[in-house]
Amino acid sequence: MNIFDIIGPIMVGPSSSHTAGAVKIGRVARRLMDEDVKEARILFHGSFWTTGKGHGTDCAIVAGLLGLNVDDDRIPLSFDLAKEKKMTISFDKIDLGENAHPNSTKLILKGISGKELEVVASSIGGGRIMVNELDGLTANFSGDYPTLIVHNLDQPGHVAEVTSMLQHKSINIATMQLYRSGRGAHAVMIVECDQEVPKSSIHWLEHLEGIEKVTYYSSQTEI
Amino acid sequence: MYDSINKLIEDSQKMNLPLWKVIQKEDCHEENISEEESFSLMKKMYEAMKSSEKSYNPKLRSRSGLVGGEAGKIEKRRMNRELLVGDFMGRIMEKALKIAESNACMKRIVACPTAGSCGVLPAVLLTLQEEYNYTDEDMTKALYIAAGIGGVIAKRASLSGAEGGCQAEIGSASAMAAGAVAFLKNGSNDDIANASALALKSLLGLACDPVAGLVEVPCVKRNVVGALNAISSADMALAGITSRIPADEVFDAMKLIGHCMSSEIRETGKGGLAVTPQGEKIRKEL
Repeated sequence: MNIFDIIGPIMVGPSSSHTAGAVKIGRVARRLMDEDVKEARILFHGSFWTTGKGHGTDCAIVAGLLGLNVDDDRIPLSFDLAKEKKMTISFDKIDLGENAHPNSTKLILKGISGKELEVVASSIGGGRIMVNELDGLTANFSGDYPTLIVHNLDQPGHVAEVTSMLQHKSINIATMQLYRSGRGAHAVMIVECDQEVPKSSIHWLEHLEGIEKVTYYSSQTEI
Repeated sequence: MYDSINKLIEDSQKMNLPLWKVIQKEDCHEENISEEESFSLMKKMYEAMKSSEKSYNPKLRSRSGLVGGEAGKIEKRRMNRELLVGDFMGRIMEKALKIAESNACMKRIVACPTAGSCGVLPAVLLTLQEEYNYTDEDMTKALYIAAGIGGVIAKRASLSGAEGGCQAEIGSASAMAAGAVAFLKNGSNDDIANASALALKSLLGLACDPVAGLVEVPCVKRNVVGALNAISSADMALAGITSRIPADEVFDAMKLIGHCMSSEIRETGKGGLAVTPQGEKIRKEL
């Protein structure tokens, strides 16, 4: 937190958690897709469902999926913008369980190339967010940093491959988390970095044996 | 960010720098940005506050229909010189309503410290600038003062209604604005501290009980009391009235009170005004 969290952000109202946070969730999901969204099923949990309409959470998420920023005054018009882009949207209620943050959403997305992505994220207050799950696997990251998400088989050596690649590119790791579904099964590595990771390095990782999928969240690329 | 007003004042004396500069320097060091960058960013915040007031449209209504058009009514009465509070305070009321209503109507605002309390600080600062012809640079410095006070509150207590109730939002905004006014009116560092302590003390215990869980009722109109309270608190401090409880300890008291509040009155929309018969009726009809 810094003084521009106290005076700021500049945002479209009415709520930092239900509006600005929702835009940010949509925007992070759009960046993870790395292409325009064609179909979005938006499922709201808890307070996002009960008070979301009054806070404009629905148009905020769609605005984010279209790549708008939290201070863009077109946020209230996002449904029209989505129509122009031929993006289909549907909303429904979901119960993500009692451990889920009250301001949570699950997004089931399909991109223009047919690419699919499922994101569970929550708005944790003051416009800050947390991505909790990607394609059903745990993933805790804030979207404030360039983030590398590597799905791999749970075998020795993959962490070293990723970290030596980062070292080679002089990229500093801000935070790092490891999860696995079971011994020797699927594992996921979430690395928040201080610098952007080059596309070539991501392609290199993708081709390594035992690496199943690499998703990269760039905090800078224009959408 | 600093975690103590006392420490801020001490450092200001030790470094022989004005309070706003001490606040700026610490943040620049933490965030690794230059003082020029920081100043122009803060100035941009002030400019965004100005536009948030200018862009007010009295015809707009919130999505629920509960909020909109209020500031226009005050403006009309002020123009007819009918307001009991007079022109200066009347303009502050009007701006607080304009900006808080705009927020509820999905217009662009500056969260300061939160979106729900976004009308307090700009209402006070913009009106002071109109009245006393301060430069935008003066106003930017005043925003650092407000940010410094808000930072200390965030560190010692909270700025979120979900954690501390409305006292943490409107109360904090009022304390930040009171300190900023004392600064602009050439008050000493102690006056700044006293103004913010006096302002928050008067709003301690305020519940966060929004009808239907929306940032509308009573939030929009509470921005008025936060703004007017900032002016009267600054006036008391500038007149030499001190807060018998120092600012840091008032912030600590707010934290303790927040802990005593049940979750029903901490932004859940399950207590207070939200569960009155009319509040329930509104919720069901939405």
